[in-house]
Amino acid sequence: MTQPKLTLSGISKSFPGVRALHEVSLELYPGQVTALIGENGAGKSTLVKTLTGIYQPDAGTITLDGKPVSLSSAHKAFELGITAIHQETVLFDDLSVAENIYLGHAPRTRLATIDWPKMRSDARRLLKDMGAGHIDAEARLRDLSIANKHLVAVARAMSIDAEIVIMDEPTASLSHKEIEDLFVLVDLLKQDGKAVLFISHKFDEIYRIADRFTVFRDGEMVGKGLIRETSQSDIIKLMVGRNVDHIFPARTPSIGAPVLEVKDLSHPTEFDSIGFTLHAGEILGFYGLVGAGRSEIMQALFGLTKPSRGTIALDGKALSLGSPADAIEAGIVYVPEERGKQGVVVDLPIFQNVALPSLKKTGRNGFLRLAEEFALTRQYTERLDLRAASLSQNAGTLSGGNQQKVVIAKWLATKPRVIILDEPTKGIDIGSKAAVHAFMAELVAEGLAVIMVSSELPEVMGMSDRIVVMRAGRMVEMLDNNNLTADRVVRLAIGAEEVAA
Amino acid sequence: MNRLLKVRETWLGLAILALLVAITFRAPGFSTPENLASIFNDTSILLILALGQMVVILTRSIDLSIAANVALSGMVLALINSTWPDVPVPLLIAAAPLLGLAFGAINGFLVWKLDIPSIVVTLGTLTIYRGLTFLIAGGQWVNADEMTPDFIAITRLNLLGLPLLSWFAIATAIAFWVVMTRTPWGRAIYAIGVNPTASVYAGIDVGRTKFLAFCMSGFVAGLCGYLWVSKFVIASSETAIGYELQVIAACVIGGVSIAGGIGTVGSAVLGAIFLGIIGRALPVIGVSPFWQLAISGAAIILAVVLNARSERKTGRIILKQAEGA
Amino acid sequence: MSNDAPTHRNIPDRLDSPLRAAILSWPALLLVVAVIIFTVNSFASPYFLSPWSLSDATFNFTEKAIIALAMALLIISGEIDLSVAAIIALASTAMGLALQYGADTPALVAIGIGTGLLCGAFNGALVTRLGLPSIVVTIGTMSLFRGLSYIVLGDQAFKGYPASFAFFGQGYVWWVVSFEFVLFLGLAVIYYVLLHRTSFGRRVYVIGNNATAAQFSGVRVERIKFLLFCLTGLMSGIAAVLLTSRLGSTRPSIAQGWELEVITMVVLGGVSILGGSGSIAGVVIAAFIMGLVTFGMGLLNVPGIVQSIFIGLLLILVIALPIVLGRLRRLRK
Repeated sequence: MTQPKLTLSGISKSFPGVRALHEVSLELYPGQVTALIGENGAGKSTLVKTLTGIYQPDAGTITLDGKPVSLSSAHKAFELGITAIHQETVLFDDLSVAENIYLGHAPRTRLATIDWPKMRSDARRLLKDMGAGHIDAEARLRDLSIANKHLVAVARAMSIDAEIVIMDEPTASLSHKEIEDLFVLVDLLKQDGKAVLFISHKFDEIYRIADRFTVFRDGEMVGKGLIRETSQSDIIKLMVGRNVDHIFPARTPSIGAPVLEVKDLSHPTEFDSIGFTLHAGEILGFYGLVGAGRSEIMQALFGLTKPSRGTIALDGKALSLGSPADAIEAGIVYVPEERGKQGVVVDLPIFQNVALPSLKKTGRNGFLRLAEEFALTRQYTERLDLRAASLSQNAGTLSGGNQQKVVIAKWLATKPRVIILDEPTKGIDIGSKAAVHAFMAELVAEGLAVIMVSSELPEVMGMSDRIVVMRAGRMVEMLDNNNLTADRVVRLAIGAEEVAA
Repeated sequence: MNRLLKVRETWLGLAILALLVAITFRAPGFSTPENLASIFNDTSILLILALGQMVVILTRSIDLSIAANVALSGMVLALINSTWPDVPVPLLIAAAPLLGLAFGAINGFLVWKLDIPSIVVTLGTLTIYRGLTFLIAGGQWVNADEMTPDFIAITRLNLLGLPLLSWFAIATAIAFWVVMTRTPWGRAIYAIGVNPTASVYAGIDVGRTKFLAFCMSGFVAGLCGYLWVSKFVIASSETAIGYELQVIAACVIGGVSIAGGIGTVGSAVLGAIFLGIIGRALPVIGVSPFWQLAISGAAIILAVVLNARSERKTGRIILKQAEGA
Repeated sequence: MSNDAPTHRNIPDRLDSPLRAAILSWPALLLVVAVIIFTVNSFASPYFLSPWSLSDATFNFTEKAIIALAMALLIISGEIDLSVAAIIALASTAMGLALQYGADTPALVAIGIGTGLLCGAFNGALVTRLGLPSIVVTIGTMSLFRGLSYIVLGDQAFKGYPASFAFFGQGYVWWVVSFEFVLFLGLAVIYYVLLHRTSFGRRVYVIGNNATAAQFSGVRVERIKFLLFCLTGLMSGIAAVLLTSRLGSTRPSIAQGWELEVITMVVLGGVSILGGSGSIAGVVIAAFIMGLVTFGMGLLNVPGIVQSIFIGLLLILVIALPIVLGRLRRLRK
């Protein structure tokens, strides 16, 4: 049996209030792809940051070729031949393709200046060897498609002759064809004897490309093995730590009167002819691939973007939404996908976050009344079973799940008619996830109308009364959620031919 | 490399040409080679400082102390020259940039090691450097008659038809062009301005790179300290007062983005030349020179508006993808 | 499970008492610095403690401090206005022009304040309507406003303001207490209430912390920023009236370089230049510190430019000290 190229053992890392990694271990083998599997928040990104020298572990050892090493800085990791291909952040939009590939190790002339002609021709040759000769080495990265940016990132990994390549959800926004092209490259890396760490939640990809797997759950390593000896359901069990069927609350839907009517809503570049009716007591799911235009529609309903055409009516009255303030006033609220950027203000206390849209109600004549703010916050956060040391604690010190509860509490305090949840359980732990789902069921039981955007099929199918399937900015189908098969929903979303039932 | 910028520089270059043509209609003598050379010579110091400031702005920082550094370095050199006239002037000229670099390094160090925002650091050192200028001279000016003839003459030395001062500007521009486009150092400065997070992953030390940028701006400020004193033949605590804003204005007009990462040597050079021409043209076409400030203000605002237009990010276009697929 | 603090069925409002928080706050630290400077000054110069010289001391900083109040809010919201001193120049020039056409004192005051407000609105419109970075916009308008004043005045000056106009910058309300000083204290109270006791003030903080989340929570971000620019312009207009009245003349170089002093005051007062935090109390104490330093050193015949060394050092030290101490504390752990 081959020796691991890189071994991590007993790695722990904590942040104030959060234990991100607890004595995890991981081995990467030369010429093999190891899949790192785990839910959002399982500690995968912390591990990547540890491997690339961004974070220093609190405890544990890392050995490369059997020798202990210290990845004390990003530069050190880079020198030791560890490189990461990230979702979005690693490349430079305003620099050229060639520069993106060679930044930090550009070929030099005898005068120690950068040898641009050689750099460009090297980049061209490298891209050609990878089967990506269509990419112009002098183009600005900004002008490339996401798939081509990934290819540039791979080229960068090959150019520094990295021994260890980390691919962090590289397929997140790629088409099927692009994913296949990428896999061809991964095979190339394998043949070159590189050790590849492949991070993804998509099982078809993992089974297609990986040799081994390691599963993380809540910051701990809970299982590892060879892919070909392990079934998919075993890995899922390791991932979630319980039987998946019990996550969603059982509920008897009681659909009421129509609340929100959307007709022919269109936008010049983002979405077209969107129409649906949302009823009181209903959960309407929006399913589609990332980038299908779902969030953009929701942001139009929330007054953030202006539609070019179409109408939005609440309780039969047409709305003109110029800003989120207008939408909130009308009774439409939005729990955004980017919780840390758009949902909570991390450096302000919980009570200020919750009271923010209700300041008119808690205050008097424009003056603040803190006692009312605390009372309002307590009322809603207790209902959501928020875990916090005090209501004056900064929201940023809470876990993802509890931050999401703060956002939801903020909106419930405004007594909305319609609540839009955009990827409500993305990046939060299993416990909070179940709490959010249970709470959604409670809300609709009280007659609230809920729209839920989700890319997680089990969540969409487990929670929704009806499902809107979106593809490339258009509604493909409105489905009643009974006797649906996951297969059918996915096929609609990706645009595959429907097979006869 | 940067097509957008190339376009922007071309436009600014054309605007300058159009300006020259328009002025020449009113004042035919304006565009003679001699006059243009003289304008360039008068713009040299602004141009050199704009290059240093540009490098700092590229790293998402700002150096408000650059003009105070000019004053302080200039005063130190003038005092040395008047106290010890035997110290050879070339030695002083060589020492000037190093002196400025030391002051720039203080800024850079505070930004790097203490993580204090650059605007606060340089606001503080601005007042400190200016105060020191006053203090070391005991509140006195150093006048022409206290300086050695060489000290004054060297910048005026004619070489191939241009004064040496102009050659300093040309040499600095070439040196900066080489550093910014041909060395890993220059590329690191762009990289941390474009995407600091990604730079960390690419193994670039963001703090250290900012430190180096402040050293570069200090370096040119020190050089200009000598050039200023030699050109205007006076050193005082009022030297180049408020000039930091002119320098930033030159960068902005040239198209350097205050958000970092965008701007070239050409941007800074053209921005400075634009301001230089405006300054010289007004009296020639019969407009009171008191208009100059308002015009450069309007030019800055216009430049920012235009830059913002061209930088506007094009978002993802979902529907187009659908049609193309 | 996540590792949040221990579960409470009843989550308390606060853990720290507000008193304890106040004692450990930035204004408290500044107050100590102010007291030290006051004590040193009163030992250093026998004239310092006389009521009239203390009263004179206030003239050194009240006009700048009045602008600093509004600037504090603007910086907390994440923007900045470098054109405040230029607004003074333009507003003063407008008053001087009106004087040439025979405006009386009330009209002069209205024109000065109105010009300030208009300039602020112009900055605000450029920043919020066109989405431009305020630091560059206001570098531009700084040249523009002062430039307009140079176009009008050249190397001339407006003089001959009416006697009744002199009250604003030279008059006393009671004994040694000047009108300027009373106005500043009154405005400080108003700004304190506005920032710390109203929904508007809360929204200013939220915007400075995270403008996107603020917008997503229904805060009308652009409108509030626009109002803050208007307020800063308004305060600059008021300062222009006071300064013009005190000097009795208008030159285009009036209040040159004040923008940096105002910003120093705000930052020294504990307002984060990156936005999101700060307090009026801190800014007011910082104004006193700068006033005391300048005045005390003035009594000792230290020239103004050398005093600025001290202010600059104070600015950097006061900000660097907590950072260095924090590092040392972490090292010891």
